[in-house]
Amino acid sequence: MLSKNNPFATGIGVVCVGFAVGILASVLQKLGNPPNMGICVACFERDIAGALGLHQAAIVRYLRPEIIGLCLGAFLAALLFKEFRPRGGSSPTLRFILGVIGMTGALVFLGCPWRALFRLGGGDLNALTGLAGFAAGIGMATFFFKTGFSLESGKSQPSPAGYVLPLIMVVLLGLRLLYPQVDGAEKSGVLFYSLKGPGASHAPLLASLGIALAIGFLAQRSRFCSMGAFRDFFLFRQTHLLWGVLALLAGVFCANLAFGQFHPGFAGQPVAHDNHLWNFLGMTMSGLAFALAGGCPGRQLFMSGEGDTDAGIFVLGMIVGAALSHNLGLASSGAGPGPNGPVAVAVGMVVLLSIGFFCRRKS
Amino acid sequence: MQTIDVRGLSCPQPVFLVLEAIKAGKDSTLEVRVDNIAAVENITRAAASSGWSVSAAESGEETFLTLAKQ
Repeated sequence: MLSKNNPFATGIGVVCVGFAVGILASVLQKLGNPPNMGICVACFERDIAGALGLHQAAIVRYLRPEIIGLCLGAFLAALLFKEFRPRGGSSPTLRFILGVIGMTGALVFLGCPWRALFRLGGGDLNALTGLAGFAAGIGMATFFFKTGFSLESGKSQPSPAGYVLPLIMVVLLGLRLLYPQVDGAEKSGVLFYSLKGPGASHAPLLASLGIALAIGFLAQRSRFCSMGAFRDFFLFRQTHLLWGVLALLAGVFCANLAFGQFHPGFAGQPVAHDNHLWNFLGMTMSGLAFALAGGCPGRQLFMSGEGDTDAGIFVLGMIVGAALSHNLGLASSGAGPGPNGPVAVAVGMVVLLSIGFFCRRKS
Repeated sequence: MQTIDVRGLSCPQPVFLVLEAIKAGKDSTLEVRVDNIAAVENITRAAASSGWSVSAAESGEETFLTLAKQ
């Protein structure tokens, strides 16, 4: 039945989508995106926060078209296949907090789960501890699932609600077109730009947008989710999504080899640090937050494109989390954790464990 | 026949609740009310891997899955 209706959601389909995402991420790096960053959802939402002036970290400000494309690609797929359905109301405030904390953990590690795979596929072995932490966080969440964790049911929402996040993306695209980067200027119209650092490295607009639209479309059809891959294996011993994640890793590895972008090692990796403890703990916090929220950052963007307002709230939480991370000294740099990063992880873990514990159904 | 209502629930709860009912072994037929296509796909996949057959009937935005032990 599945293969007839939606070939992308079959085992082979999700493997093909994962492999394609890996290759396209590497292509984006070849075209100008920062090394080992490909199409990192956390990094690029952080860059958007900077472009809008929500934080003042001068090296990570660029209104990334990739985020717009991922959401709108999923939106178009959902419309085309009649899967767009405005829904929400499942603990939105908690989901916002989960987005904030999930982003904070990702910026302690320096990347979302997708980027952990891009980093590993580019030879950055520090990603191994990040991925181990990510798996550990999801493993902790399975305890809560088995003991009745639920953010409770969402419901159908008024039609305009489902269009809010896709429309925000259209507005962002409009701003990007209206205020393109001016050589040597930190500001163009209302948008901030980086003159150096990762924010200054980007593929051409049309390539970024086009590739992200394609990935958003494919990922919506395949239900690709890096968190779900580990969660389903831990909870149900299902490997359906896990094969997709491994295919993503294989895709980015092969393409990086072909493009000469594979540089194995721990030290001196691009936009990364080699503090294993905080790489592990940062991603533990992210893994737990994403698992409790029901999707990795990419999947949340795709679901928001399908009209899921709870996922939209989570995305907004991530953008606010990025701004807070840089404004409050929580985000890491190549030198290691930020001054307040470890405290943020400790506080964040307490909040997440409390959410997990207190949101269990009595029955 | 037990009816499981997973409408509006986030992943992984729909699959989790269905597999719990399958493991409990009280019923050889289950009806599941779903309003999310991804959950329909996930439940179908999980039930099939447990050796149960799945048939689907759509009604508006809702899908009624009938799961039967093989």
